[in-house]
Amino acid sequence: MSATQAHAPAATEHRSGAEVVLRALKDQGVDVIFGYPGGAVLPIYDALFQQNAIRHILVRHEQAAVHAAEGYARSTGKVGVVLVTSGPGATNAVTGLVDALMDSIPVVCLTGQVPTHLIGNDAFQEADTTGITRPATKHNYLVKRSEDLASTIHDAFYVAKSGRPGPVVVDLPKDILIKAAPYTEAPSQEEPHRSYRPRTEPDRNTVLEAVRMLKRAERPVVYTGGGVINSGPEASRLLGEFVRLTGMPCTSTLMGLGAFPSSDPLFLGMLGMHGTVEANLAMHGCDVMLNLGARFDDRVTGRLDAFSPGSKKIHADIDPSSINKNVKVDVAIVGDAGRIIAALIEAWKADETPVAKEAQSGWWKNIHEWRGRDCLRYVQSGSIIKPQHAVHRLFELTKEDGRDTFISTEVGQHQMWAAQYFGFEKPNRWMTSGGLGTMGYGLPAAMGVQIAHPDALCIDIAGEASILMNIQEMGTLAQYRLPVKVFILNNEYMGMVRQWQELLHGGRYSESYSDALPDFVKLAEAFHAKGLRAETADQLDGVIREMLAHPGPVIADICVAKDENCFPMIPSGAAHNEMILGPDSDGNARAVTDEGKVLV
Amino acid sequence: MQRSATIAVLVENEAGVLARVIGLFSGRGYNIDSLTVAPVDEAGKLSRITVVTSGTEMVIEQIKAQLDRLVPVHRVSDLTLEGPHLTRELALIKVTGRGEHRVEALRLADAFRARVVDATTESFVFEMTGNAEKIEAFLALMRPLGLAEVSRTGAVAIARGSSALAA
Ligand SMILES: Cc1cc2nc3c(=O)[nH]c(=O)nc-3n(C[C@H](O)[C@H](O)[C@H](O)COP(=O)(O)OP(=O)(O)OC[C@H]3O[C@@H](n4cnc5c(N)ncnc54)[C@H](O)[C@@H]3O)c2cc1C
Ligand SMILES: Cc1ncc(C[n+]2csc(CCOP(=O)(O)OP(=O)(O)O)c2C)c(N)n1
Ligand SMILES: [Mg+2]
Repeated sequence: MSATQAHAPAATEHRSGAEVVLRALKDQGVDVIFGYPGGAVLPIYDALFQQNAIRHILVRHEQAAVHAAEGYARSTGKVGVVLVTSGPGATNAVTGLVDALMDSIPVVCLTGQVPTHLIGNDAFQEADTTGITRPATKHNYLVKRSEDLASTIHDAFYVAKSGRPGPVVVDLPKDILIKAAPYTEAPSQEEPHRSYRPRTEPDRNTVLEAVRMLKRAERPVVYTGGGVINSGPEASRLLGEFVRLTGMPCTSTLMGLGAFPSSDPLFLGMLGMHGTVEANLAMHGCDVMLNLGARFDDRVTGRLDAFSPGSKKIHADIDPSSINKNVKVDVAIVGDAGRIIAALIEAWKADETPVAKEAQSGWWKNIHEWRGRDCLRYVQSGSIIKPQHAVHRLFELTKEDGRDTFISTEVGQHQMWAAQYFGFEKPNRWMTSGGLGTMGYGLPAAMGVQIAHPDALCIDIAGEASILMNIQEMGTLAQYRLPVKVFILNNEYMGMVRQWQELLHGGRYSESYSDALPDFVKLAEAFHAKGLRAETADQLDGVIREMLAHPGPVIADICVAKDENCFPMIPSGAAHNEMILGPDSDGNARAVTDEGKVLV
Repeated sequence: MQRSATIAVLVENEAGVLARVIGLFSGRGYNIDSLTVAPVDEAGKLSRITVVTSGTEMVIEQIKAQLDRLVPVHRVSDLTLEGPHLTRELALIKVTGRGEHRVEALRLADAFRARVVDATTESFVFEMTGNAEKIEAFLALMRPLGLAEVSRTGAVAIARGSSALAA
């Protein structure tokens, strides 16, 4: 029984279930879906064929459909929509669903199912999709009655995008798609949901308490996360206003990059395992921390008992379960990031508590000192391309290019270098798999972004190992003429694995060499794309320029140093002030305790 | 510091909701000491789940927040924290044997206010309500007297006083 039933308006016309599905999608503002057909969803494909309002993008693997929908969603703020068949179609989508769950991305995934009378019979291509996806989704539904079909889809959209966003599955038995079904309009916005009503408006007194704490702070820091992006571009605008109003230093998680402009002098760069010295030491040494829409992830906190030991912590989050989950905080503000920041600005202006200006200028002196260590410095000398340099040049040349630029990544060292060396000035321009760390995310995500922003520059910064996990999507790029650029930092290693083996496992490089790689130039050509390669530093700019200038999809194979490590690095189980800065600094394998080795 | 918590959860009476709650506990490694569920409002389509769990204060806070964010969950109430409440459990207890043991079992059942709901020449079934400790105590006494089988409902609980948990 669907949760919306009680307040769904009376049914109007009757048509096939499949047509009702499309009508509901259209009424939810859907203009594109990413999918792959099969027996159980043929009625929907038939209905799709007979209409023009919704565009269908045929991917080459169902996992990619979900990542594409994630890219679409993250770059637009809208819900991404997926359509897959029963059984293997649904199971192939599971990795994408968990990815969206971990990174709080709104996705609605429609899965086909065997007809209701066969459910439980081990019918052809039957899988217990709601059972399998229960822990992989924010919520899921199995539609068993035609009367519930439209209202369930409306409900799925509401759940996917309200509160902390996430993926929602609607499992659709084939008989429900064929039989006539009544259509019901989406409930109006004012109508409260029966059971799911997340709080968005913050408590004013708590906001005031936070502001007073921050004004008295001698060493404050703002730590922002994906929640600010989730809240929408207005939250990022307000964040900029608030940080400049208060003059506090601001750092961001991997998921929050772009919410605050990276070029702003108040920005300390990313924090965490591969964050900057200034960001991590500011977190370690602060006396008041303001967390806006971040979840104290283990990649960020490092060793919990040594995490920012001397600070009072304020945590603003829309999901009460994020609060006090890993780190006990002193002030909790539950609500939407945008509304919270607006309330903080208002309270900051109205409240008379004097700001501890003098102390704060001392704090900034410390920060400038840390910044002076220039922890992201690298030296590009000789002909071997440093991966950091490749990203840096890509950044510079895309700035010159001037188009609105969206970056996605795969997972590994290249992902961290992208985060460190590509500056993001605006929200929604950065798509990366943070929580699940899914290799194979970047290419389909870029595809989804390009569908949403046909004129923008969409680049997947990739590793040679990750890209092979969803390389089949080059076919999708060709079919829809999507000019996505795949920029491979080819170090011939699963570099991130190799780095851990070097630092934690005595340099025993077990199975981390990318042997028998394809010729990426020829591979591009086989998929009707352009293939380019840069083997030496002097070829780099030329290849990037050619890539940017080409009107179609490109794979640029950038042959980079094979043994470069990603620094700074807080080894597992260490604290923020125990960073390894580089190969020549003191820290090495000995810095990792046995306790640390257990951690991922 | 570990504590025990009796949590009442008001949920939509829909397919899968129990699986969601149980999956939450197993997936996140929380303890379930007991869990009961039954519809409590057919017209309003509501069921009530009572979970008895234990953990540190931080873990129990997490459990409540995690339950509360499940879409079909209406209300979550930590009865242990919120004040005086009543907990009851029903047990059906089969004791077999003859002679002295049988007489002793009957005598103790009387002292514990357990009712005889079935009897043969070789067995009794006792029905007993109470909190978990009372039932445990009774079972401990029955063990040497021929305890053969036990069926327990798990705890149900409700707050004392006039305030009511409603959707
Ligand atoms: C190889 C690798 C290395 C990594 N290294 C790092 C690293 O060095 N540094 C780093 O930061 N990360 C790193 N990560 C990413 C890390 O694993 C986490 O994904 C990331 O830190 C989580 O970001 P977040 O805290 O912003 O939370 P998110 O996962 O973005 O969660 C958002 C939070 O905001 C809340 N929220 C959602 N919507 C709203 C709203 N509207 N209003 C208010 N709150 C809202 C949510 O409830 C949640 O608590 C790495 C990942 C990989 C794969
Ligand atoms: C699906 C999946 N499998 C395994 C991993 C573990 N893993 C993390 S990074 C990595 C290596 C990635 O290699 P590559 O794409 O070449 O990137 P590099 O680190 O070399 O930049 C692996 C295997 C993962 N994150 N995802
Ligand atoms: Mg590599």
